[in-house]
Amino acid sequence: MTTGSITSYRSDMRAGRDGFAQLLRAEWTKFTTVRGWVIGLVAGALVIVLLGLFAAASSHATCNGQACNHSVPVGPGGEAVTDSFYFVHRPLAGNGSITVRVTSLTGGSTSHDLGGPATAGLQPWSKAGIIIKESIKQGSAYAAMMVTGSHGVRMQYDYTGDTAGLAGAVSTASPRWMRLARSGDTITGYESANGTAWTKVGTARLAGLSPAGQAGLFATSPAYTQVTSQRLLGSGGIVGPTLATAVFDHVSLHGTWPGGAWRGSLIGGGASSVYPVQGGGYHQAGGRFTMGGSGDIAAAVAGAGNPGRAIEHSLVGAFAGLIALVVVAAMFITAEYRRGLIRTTLIACPRRGRVLVAKAVVIGAVAFVAGLAGAAAAVTLGERLLRDNGNFVYPVTPLTEVRVVAGTAALFAVAAVLAVGIGAILRRSAAAVTAVIVVIVLPYILAVPHVLPVGAGQWLLRITPAAGFAIQQSIPQYPQVSNAYTPSNGYYPLAPWAGFAVLCGYAALALGLAIVLLRRRDA
Amino acid sequence: MDSRNSFGADRPGGRPRESGIPGTAPSLPAVPSLPGMEATIEVTDLRKRFGPAVALDGMSFTVLPGQVTGFVGPNGAGKSTTMRVILGLDAADAGSALVGGRPYRSLRHPLSHVGALLDAAALQPSRSARNHLLWLAHSQGLTAGRVDEVIGQAGLASAALRKAGGYSLGMRQRLGIAAALLGDPPVIMLDEPFNGMDPEGIVWMRGFLRSLAAQGRAVLVSSHLMSELQDTADHLVVIGRGKVIADTSVAALIAAASSGRVTLRTTARPDAMTVLANTGATVATAGRDTLTIAGLAADKIVAPLGESRVPFAEVSAHRATLEEAYLELTRDAVEFRAAAASGGPGASSPQSDSKEAAR
Repeated sequence: MTTGSITSYRSDMRAGRDGFAQLLRAEWTKFTTVRGWVIGLVAGALVIVLLGLFAAASSHATCNGQACNHSVPVGPGGEAVTDSFYFVHRPLAGNGSITVRVTSLTGGSTSHDLGGPATAGLQPWSKAGIIIKESIKQGSAYAAMMVTGSHGVRMQYDYTGDTAGLAGAVSTASPRWMRLARSGDTITGYESANGTAWTKVGTARLAGLSPAGQAGLFATSPAYTQVTSQRLLGSGGIVGPTLATAVFDHVSLHGTWPGGAWRGSLIGGGASSVYPVQGGGYHQAGGRFTMGGSGDIAAAVAGAGNPGRAIEHSLVGAFAGLIALVVVAAMFITAEYRRGLIRTTLIACPRRGRVLVAKAVVIGAVAFVAGLAGAAAAVTLGERLLRDNGNFVYPVTPLTEVRVVAGTAALFAVAAVLAVGIGAILRRSAAAVTAVIVVIVLPYILAVPHVLPVGAGQWLLRITPAAGFAIQQSIPQYPQVSNAYTPSNGYYPLAPWAGFAVLCGYAALALGLAIVLLRRRDA
Repeated sequence: MDSRNSFGADRPGGRPRESGIPGTAPSLPAVPSLPGMEATIEVTDLRKRFGPAVALDGMSFTVLPGQVTGFVGPNGAGKSTTMRVILGLDAADAGSALVGGRPYRSLRHPLSHVGALLDAAALQPSRSARNHLLWLAHSQGLTAGRVDEVIGQAGLASAALRKAGGYSLGMRQRLGIAAALLGDPPVIMLDEPFNGMDPEGIVWMRGFLRSLAAQGRAVLVSSHLMSELQDTADHLVVIGRGKVIADTSVAALIAAASSGRVTLRTTARPDAMTVLANTGATVATAGRDTLTIAGLAADKIVAPLGESRVPFAEVSAHRATLEEAYLELTRDAVEFRAAAASGGPGASSPQSDSKEAAR
């Protein structure tokens, strides 16, 4: 017997590389070799495009039987703005200042005349004061000091800037003194309660402000809106213009004011106005000006009062595409449990945490690509279609457009990771798919078309993974602009990246728990 | 296949057999200490419970290179659980399982250390057999070329591009074998590989397993049917109720089961039984004209039969089949299982079983 001569088998095969890249490659091969998964992913991308184009195609803006093609003014920052007010103005050449006292700001709805309810009085953001503006052209740069309906004295500039001054309402007993001083392209706002003790409110640098500008008094009052119904693809409501009336005196000017006399101009009013505007006017008696104005000087926001469409209007199909994706992503792991294939996987890759991470990376990457393709096509084609149908599409910076499109792709990627995590925890296809849809798609469906009351819907969009949809919001929310900032108007309760972070948190939690359980459980 | 084989290339049956005794450790000397001795599985005192059920109760054995080790026991004896613990899938409550001296979970490129087939049905049905092997290969940094090699070795070349969902169980077993060979490992571990195979496949599998062992690999093959291993295994680890009952070479096991028994063929069976019983021997009927006698040597049988003029045709030393030897060994374990399955630990007899059923 020659037991000593037994030689253990030694392979002459070269050992392969061992590392995370090999795991990724294996998971990639797994994904691409199941045709149903690839088809599901492509279907998810197509659903985004098709539903998006359907939404864009069914969104017509018709004015007297024709496409409206509203021209909405664009501010210095490239954003759409509302620039409608009554302006009593004179040219200001070079440096100088204007000082006034406001003793009254009152309001009254004029929508009664238009058949609407006559309930709206002074609006919280009705405003009157002094303004230095590049020109009387809508959308031109400006800085202004103003009293408001219920937000006290403010200094505002270039449609998005807003600084608070003295609080409290204006009245004869409690008047407000305000001053704007221009030096080059810098304008400083001051306020005073008595005309002697002055406080600086803020400074605005209006880059490229030309020396020849228009300055004077203004009054305006934003549209009254009452939301009556909200649907997935839009909202219905009563919208009416409002009017604010202000009384000014103690007008004093310093510097070079070459015009010689005050002129009254209705900025942005008239029949072609997109924003509901009543009109306005003024009369002067001695040093006392009484003027009424309607409209707003602020960034345009998407809502019942505004006919425009945000670019993400054509991403309405994202939730449906997400359903297809979630099914594929959950199956990517649960199918292994169903067949016992998970054991083969863990025999090949005993380091279990890395297996799950590799799976998450692969499904996240393919979901990102699918989401990117779907969202880019939907937004690009949808934008064109919306314009062709006479809609005004809110202009956004290229960076914002990239954030909306790539953010939708990232939403898909992170949702896929969440699905893999939940799939690994539950180990059952049906349960995992249901769970993921319940936590991410259902809250969106309940909140955005307002199946639930606005408040409840907003809470869902704060605390569930559906918060991630906020990444699609392209038009910012401004506290100084009255609007129904509801999900159906495209406004999420959390800022885009904050909402996305909530989703990421859930995905990380699910994946982390899945890794712990995978390590602990017998396979 | 491999020119560096030190032996066994001439004839599968020509491998050396060690002379183990039932119940004792294998007697290959100092194997783990030899250089390059990766082809071993060492299982030491494994214990595992699933809730109240004891699955492994101090399981210990060693699988050595160059031979096929049969891993046999009734269903539920703990074969699959042991294999899952060896592969790092299940965690044992106590004890250790080492492959080539290392815990499985610490292995890099594990498929080049151990090739395992646990469940031939563990496949994504819509994925082709070749693609199934391809992702496994990619996980080990291996190429598609290696995939095609093992497809050829497993005899699947003509069906490799078909979806695995359409495979018969026998073809799935071949696919599992291909997967186990992927990393060209020194240790091969197969759970019930004969299940669902047609006779031709069984013959192929036997030859294949022997050729793997002949190359110096350690081959562990589980089965609940000893007959499947009759002409395949060199060594046997017989288990029952979660522990090893016998750890022995096949030759020694058969010898032990056959020891001292004599087979007698006679046309006058009742007469022969009476005569032989009177001498004090234990006599059992083994067929219409066949008796098995224990406690009396063959030459001592002939004389009393002659004296009593009982005709007989043949007297020979009894050679037990592997199946008989196995049944002898595992009888306790099987009885325990039958009782436990029908009525729990309390129901220990057929009578109580029927009472349970009557209620």
